[in-house]
Amino acid sequence: MNSRTYHPEPLFELMGVSRSFGSQHVLREIDLAVYPGETLVLIGESGCGKSVTTKLLAGMLKPSAGQVHWHGQNVATMSEAQKRDGRLRIGYLFQSGALFDSMNVFDNVSFGLRQMGRASATDIREIVMQRLRDVGLTSDVARKMPAELSGGMRKRVGLARALALSPEIMIYDEPTTGLDPVMSDVINELILSIRDQGQVTSIVVTHDMHTVKKVADRVVMLFPLARLEGFEQQKIFEGTVEEAFHSSDPRVYSFVHGDASSRLHELNAA
Amino acid sequence: MSLAATGRPGPITVLGEIVMRPVIVVGDFSLFCAMTIIWVFRRRPQSHVLWANLYQIGVESLPVVVVTGGFIGMVLAVQSYDQLRMMHLESHLGSVVNMTLVKELGPVLAATMLAGRVGSAIAAELGTMRVTEQIDALEALGANPIHYLVVPRFLGCVLLIPLLTIVADVFGMICGWMFSVSVLHINSYYYWAHTYHYIGLLDVYSGIIKSLFFGAAIALVACHRGFHARAGAQGVGTAATQTFVFSFVLILFIDFLAGLILSQVYIWLNP
Repeated sequence: MNSRTYHPEPLFELMGVSRSFGSQHVLREIDLAVYPGETLVLIGESGCGKSVTTKLLAGMLKPSAGQVHWHGQNVATMSEAQKRDGRLRIGYLFQSGALFDSMNVFDNVSFGLRQMGRASATDIREIVMQRLRDVGLTSDVARKMPAELSGGMRKRVGLARALALSPEIMIYDEPTTGLDPVMSDVINELILSIRDQGQVTSIVVTHDMHTVKKVADRVVMLFPLARLEGFEQQKIFEGTVEEAFHSSDPRVYSFVHGDASSRLHELNAA
Repeated sequence: MSLAATGRPGPITVLGEIVMRPVIVVGDFSLFCAMTIIWVFRRRPQSHVLWANLYQIGVESLPVVVVTGGFIGMVLAVQSYDQLRMMHLESHLGSVVNMTLVKELGPVLAATMLAGRVGSAIAAELGTMRVTEQIDALEALGANPIHYLVVPRFLGCVLLIPLLTIVADVFGMICGWMFSVSVLHINSYYYWAHTYHYIGLLDVYSGIIKSLFFGAAIALVACHRGFHARAGAQGVGTAATQTFVFSFVLILFIDFLAGLILSQVYIWLNP
């Protein structure tokens, strides 16, 4: 567990945010603040709305109700240009890497820089190669297509692409899912080094308790709406890693310890 | 029993959803069309992205359009010949074949074929990008997905589907003429003389103008369905199928509407 001090002014804030997709309600009245420099880890069962929460924070989704604030300003009141500038300060590592199939690694990593149109071709080349080195990839990977890469390499290229714009905030959506333990630890180390080198605020969505223990300053656990009783809070836990592992809430305790007995009992009863 | 007790929506809720779903889809599609038109004029698409789409939509569709056009011409000749022969009007075959081809069947069948080839391909490509989060990634990297993905495809379809229709018309006319002269033994001079006599420029233009709208409809439906593809292989497949079905219905609707308007224009120009 890392001991870091929190700045009182949140960088990101969700205020009473709900989100539905048609008749499917995913999030209900979520309040969440992310402070500069911290590493916030979001945990919870599949389908509880962790990825939707990060997409709301990054401005990729609009809330059905409630407000999203960046640096204290409501995103809904921002102009398109302000939103674009705000988004460019956020790096997002997608669960699958989300590399553009039709482009090689170089074009993928340089995409954001070319969109901004502020750097020369030589600068772009230098930045891309530096970012590939930062994530432990060699320059010959630059010419490869995404289909030629392994899962771990795709994740690292996705990370290099997100880092190319030197973001202030990094969002990692299940960064270690589908990777072997060694590669998972490589990604965890990268998360730490990115945070420490660039003073980057990080939000990590994960099911991997090894990642939680290694990178988290603060842990938030969400619970699937469908399994909540009445109008109970969807955010069932917020605290440090130690508190999560010693939680008196059986739902939190069984999740972080990987104990299936209560869930199996629930499934059998249904 | 209440929703909470059964976990299933009641009949009123189900009825509400049945009514609301198409309203939401039509509203969303209208907004999508408006956003596309705004972005067409707001910023030019990147040239390498536009050229790649023009190549994919135009050049790669040429073989299928040539074959489609050729067969339409020959089928029209076969179907019309017997009926004209009964009235001893075989020499008018050229005017019937070519009029039907440039005004109706050429544009409609070429657009239908392109809705299958181009529209489904666009929906499948964008659908795959949606479910693999590539569209979200574009947005995260500062690109507007409508500007980057939709505008080049929209321009490609609007500019090239009329050109492809002209290609289909030309090959239909050539194949119809060759079949009529060599197999049905129609006199070549009368074939073209009647064609020239009966077909005006307005007939040719009407087909091309219609194909412009067909192109826009195919691109917008395909991109919209692709953007709203559901997860998984089935979701992408459904988006491609819906693209063909919705495009086909829209093509027929536009054809009907254009037929009504252009007939009034024809009467207005030739009182």
